Amino acid sequence: MDPDALRRWAAALLLCGGSAVFAGAPPAPQPERMAVIRHLARQDCGACHGLTFRGGLGSPLTPEALKDKPDESLAAVILNGRPGTPMPPWRPFLTEEEAKWLVYWLKQGAPP
Amino acid sequence: MAGLLVETGRAALIGSLSLLLAACAAPALRGTGDLGVVIERASGSVQVVDNTHQTSLGRVEGLGDLSHASVVFSRDARYAYVFGRDGAISKVDLLRLILVRRVAQASNSIGGAISSDGKVIAAQNYQPGGVRLFDADSLALLADVPAAPGVNGKPSRVVGLADLPGKRFAYALFDADEIDVMDASDPAHPVVERHPGAGKSPYDGLASMDGRYFLAGLYGEDGLSLLDTWRPDLGVRRVLAGYGRGEQAMPVYKMPHLRGWSLAGDYAFLPAVGHHQVLMADNRSWAQVATVPVLGQPVFVMAEPSGRRVWVNFAFPDNDKVQVIDVPTRAVIATLHPGKAILHMEFTPRGDAVWLSSRDDDKLVVIDTASLKTVRELPARSPSGVFFSWRAGRMGM
Repeated sequence: MDPDALRRWAAALLLCGGSAVFAGAPPAPQPERMAVIRHLARQDCGACHGLTFRGGLGSPLTPEALKDKPDESLAAVILNGRPGTPMPPWRPFLTEEEAKWLVYWLKQGAPP
Repeated sequence: MAGLLVETGRAALIGSLSLLLAACAAPALRGTGDLGVVIERASGSVQVVDNTHQTSLGRVEGLGDLSHASVVFSRDARYAYVFGRDGAISKVDLLRLILVRRVAQASNSIGGAISSDGKVIAAQNYQPGGVRLFDADSLALLADVPAAPGVNGKPSRVVGLADLPGKRFAYALFDADEIDVMDASDPAHPVVERHPGAGKSPYDGLASMDGRYFLAGLYGEDGLSLLDTWRPDLGVRRVLAGYGRGEQAMPVYKMPHLRGWSLAGDYAFLPAVGHHQVLMADNRSWAQVATVPVLGQPVFVMAEPSGRRVWVNFAFPDNDKVQVIDVPTRAVIATLHPGKAILHMEFTPRGDAVWLSSRDDDKLVVIDTASLKTVRELPARSPSGVFFSWRAGRMGM
């Protein structure tokens, strides 16, 4: 492979790898706070949506269930709730940034 | 004479030796009336506990996803049937501490009940919505009864399943406006009696301990739905309607739960939804008697077996507190801080103690109900439900 081709290949790899890692990843909370949010999500969101997020009285929150829903509107539902349904507003307990990170985390399949 | 003595002595020796051997081979005999099961929700395990000696007898593993798991007991109180969120029924032997049998019967389940003759297990499912009946010994499927469809055309999610006398079960439909009573006398061919008018979004239900009334709590409106199974011709009627009238409903961070322990003495003690109150009703006329203000959204409102006091735990963010209501004065007499994330409470058979699960402190807390003092703490992995075997002999439990 000539050096030029190698450079193009490396640039393409960087670009595509970079976009996969960085696009859509909102700023992450501090590790301690992240652990609190993960625990809150699994245990307290999980009370209705299931500990594994496969749904219950609340709808499923798996990556597949969420994939067609825009991040912004999901974060808005978390913060404001859904009037007329049992979904309560979590704004007293989460900032907007944290809600965005929570959406990202759920779409990643809620890694430990 | 001497020879005879020797012979007797040898016989006695052989006798005691064989007794000794038998004692080694067989476990000590014991009853199951003071045993219980504690759900360890995150690790798919249960602990079997002894509520007389306040000890854990051991752990049984491999039960799957136990978030929101519930338990009923065989009527000899030897076996616990654990209903997991993942749709599995696990049959646990309380004496041998083993998982006897496990069937995956649905993809999303919320609980179950056992028939009045102890022969049929009923599972209530969200996905696919409906009730399935199983043989209590073999866990073989006997019947599949899809629920009436909700607005989306899919069978409704089933809530509040409770056993009634005469091998019947009652339940409500979360997505359809209905309370159903199923007669499982012939469990392969159950017959369902449908009662419309259950109200908006019934979230759970209970049968009174005499098996006469079935009550469904409503999320979508302030009130509960009542079916008097002695008078099914009267249909479903609304009780405690409009209990939060004129007040702004507050957000609910965890759904309350209902079961037969809500009724004791002359009263029913019920969680208001969206209001920080316990509702007190006359349990024959169902007229509201009082409203007791509490510190948060009640989740479990449980009367002591005597009916003299009522214990209340709360939804997030107040789930580190428990309040005790004195029934004659209708007032909160104590606020306890037993641990982080108190998910469930269970009284010993006659109410001398109550066991609480503290999910985030990974412990069980045993409180003496006379002194309200913690008398024992036991380690447990992220515990949720605590279920004692006295339920084996009670209707609606």
